[in-house]
Amino acid sequence: MSTLRALARAQAVAAGRAQPVATVRHLHLSDRPLVLVPLALAGEANAPLAVLVGAAPDEARLLVVPQPRNRDQRFAFAAELAGIVLPYLDSFRGVTEAVAVDRGRDVRHRYVDAPQLLVPNPAGITFLRLFGRSTRFRRPDGDHPVYPSVPLLGRWLTFFAERAEQPGSAALLAMTDALTLHWATGQSAVEDLHLPAVLGWLDPPPGSTGAEAALRAEDPALVPPAGPATDPDFDNHRLAPAIEAYAGAEDDPAAYDELAGLLRGQLAPTWELMWRGVGLMRALPPGARVAGRWAGDRDAFTGYAEHVDADGGPQPRRDGAVAAALRLQRLERALTAWAVQRAYDDPLVMAEHRLAGEAFVGEVTLADPKRVDDSGRRPVLRPRIQVVTVEPVPMPVGATLYSPARPGQKATVVFVTPGGDGKTEVVLELSGGMGRGLTAPAGSVPEVGERICLTSLSDGYLPGGVFPTPEETPWTHGGPPEHHDG
Amino acid sequence: MEDRLGEIRGGGPPRRHNARTIAALTGNPGCTRRAVLDSAGADKPALAERLGFPARFGQSRFAITRGNAFEAQVKADGGVELLRLVAERLGVPVPAGATWTDLGGDDDRTARSRAALTAGGDGPALFDHPLLGLDVAGRRVHLEPDLVAARLAGRFHVVEIKSFPVIDGQADPAKVAAAAIQSAVYVLALRELLAAAGRDPELVSHEVVLICPHDFANRPVASLLDVRRQLLVLRRQLARMARVDDLLETLPAGFTADPAADPATLAAALHEVPARYAPDCLAACELAFFCRHEARGQTGALGRPVREALGGVPAVADVLALAEGVRTPEPEQAEAAALLRAAARLRADALAGNPA
Repeated sequence: MSTLRALARAQAVAAGRAQPVATVRHLHLSDRPLVLVPLALAGEANAPLAVLVGAAPDEARLLVVPQPRNRDQRFAFAAELAGIVLPYLDSFRGVTEAVAVDRGRDVRHRYVDAPQLLVPNPAGITFLRLFGRSTRFRRPDGDHPVYPSVPLLGRWLTFFAERAEQPGSAALLAMTDALTLHWATGQSAVEDLHLPAVLGWLDPPPGSTGAEAALRAEDPALVPPAGPATDPDFDNHRLAPAIEAYAGAEDDPAAYDELAGLLRGQLAPTWELMWRGVGLMRALPPGARVAGRWAGDRDAFTGYAEHVDADGGPQPRRDGAVAAALRLQRLERALTAWAVQRAYDDPLVMAEHRLAGEAFVGEVTLADPKRVDDSGRRPVLRPRIQVVTVEPVPMPVGATLYSPARPGQKATVVFVTPGGDGKTEVVLELSGGMGRGLTAPAGSVPEVGERICLTSLSDGYLPGGVFPTPEETPWTHGGPPEHHDG
Repeated sequence: MEDRLGEIRGGGPPRRHNARTIAALTGNPGCTRRAVLDSAGADKPALAERLGFPARFGQSRFAITRGNAFEAQVKADGGVELLRLVAERLGVPVPAGATWTDLGGDDDRTARSRAALTAGGDGPALFDHPLLGLDVAGRRVHLEPDLVAARLAGRFHVVEIKSFPVIDGQADPAKVAAAAIQSAVYVLALRELLAAAGRDPELVSHEVVLICPHDFANRPVASLLDVRRQLLVLRRQLARMARVDDLLETLPAGFTADPAADPATLAAALHEVPARYAPDCLAACELAFFCRHEARGQTGALGRPVREALGGVPAVADVLALAEGVRTPEPEQAEAAALLRAAARLRADALAGNPA
């Protein structure tokens, strides 16, 4: 928790309303996201009870498992859900674009848009992950055959759950995470897991404070929980009798309707909240680097669609040593890039880094845009600027800094001179981002009077590590896998 | 002292502890209010209800049914399957058979449990429903676990049967943590039982066997949990509660936690005993909603990381006053105040639309 975000929470308490901690939206938001609100049966291993699903507020479809412990009904539910999710995914597999690879020597194709799944909270992501795990290894033949769409749904849900682990991916989002990334509530992180309470702080009903709205949202009798866990009182006094009545009535449509109506009553309020959350997010302008990260999600979607088309197998239960190392590296790089890119896109996020001594803002007081360094074999353009700041400058001489306004340019610290009046003069030498000649194009060198942010955070390319193939897994890591652990 | 404790809870019988409530004691050891109420055996759920902040720790009957069914399944056939699971997990040869002693029932369980568990003998044996005891706040608490104590290769292992699934070798970390601390309560009680009979308490292993459903099926799978850390925490908290007279001395005269008392009187009495509310309490303590209400406007109610990030300043109002520079900080707040002022300036700057 950065001090800046903590301060925003304190301000939210005092104001009785959530406070912004971002000035732009850091997540891609689809025009047509697929919202899923799942419920699971208490005590069982991720047994689905019901889901409300759809890609528009007025397109909610309710799927119910009237006997959640019944295995056949569970897979019938999976097939029904596949009947909604798979066509939704396919609807993005129309238009592709060419992307240059290998320095323009080759092209690959990716879909111009990709699906986006939204669930209420992180537990909803876990539900989808486990539901994917319980269905992706099923087979349409053998002892317990299932519809062919069931294992396919399982693979796709696993794909989305794995994307959700990657920082900055917007393929599968928990609404509570997405909202609290942009606003600070006046409650704790634990309480922020409850979507109705978060929206209470963000958008309290007229005449009540965020705190009052959040408190009201905690009473399951007034506001049903956002799932997947149900309210025990609801289970004991309403759901259990309805399930028993249905079981006793032997497929009586009236008993089914009763049960479905009960579950719809628990899900519909969360459905409304999900779309209110979407509306709040849409009102924020997207950050400049959001589209680039979404392109990563589109790449991943394209890649997995091709894998499925080629009859590729389901994701393994556990990664092998090499796959695990690769995954870890990918996640670490994504985490770094996610933090840096948000700071570059958003002055309010950069302010957190300024407070932590990783960035400062100052005014350019001197600029020598024509300076040429001719001490080397051939002369190079190395303009210098002097920036005066009132913020601390803990960066040492020789450090390389970057400016979000000119991300392709490096600024090397040459002198740091603290003044007596609390101001610090920093002289920087610039390289890159100025063309190839010995004259800097207009605008490529900061001008006197310009306010500039300099940071040690780099959005540059991080070279990947080199990993052996699975067949060459070293003995320290268990050696090559003996068989494919499908 | 017992009189004083009885007075505090309003004369009723002390609320019975079980492994879950004892395990919960370790949750927030710094909270005096909780230590006093738990030592007195006060009826916290009734108290919370009376104060207008009812606890929500309901259990779904679906979960209860499933838990009972799984346990019955694992214990079926005189524990043949259970024995195999435990032996295989411990890496010892599966014995051809084991004695199965059900210590449940009504008459004289304490004595029967003591006799059976301390009798010696090295043969493989399973003991179901043993009645164990622990001293909590100077009072003997009886534990009636559903667990099985397994004696294999001469050592006892606590076997805990839980109905949450282990999927691809992983289970819900919160549920595993709760099972570990509960099991530690049993390990401790079993060790004390052996020690009291003059036997080596180390005969009870610190490795607990956890039996859960495997993946999405009902097939049981055994895992080992090392509960040494939990044992340490538990011993420390029990030792603290044993010094209950020290705690009582700090209480104001006439302090009451009698659920029958007038709510305003109750609230006033409780406010006199300091609580250390943290958001984690919501999942563990019946009184949490009351304490949260009391802690409104405190940075601690937003979570410890928030409080720390705000320089440890306790009150939200003080944080904002220091951040806006409208209050002169106390000498020990100087550093926090400077940080808060810088944060407020940067935040205002960015929100005013100044580019970074």
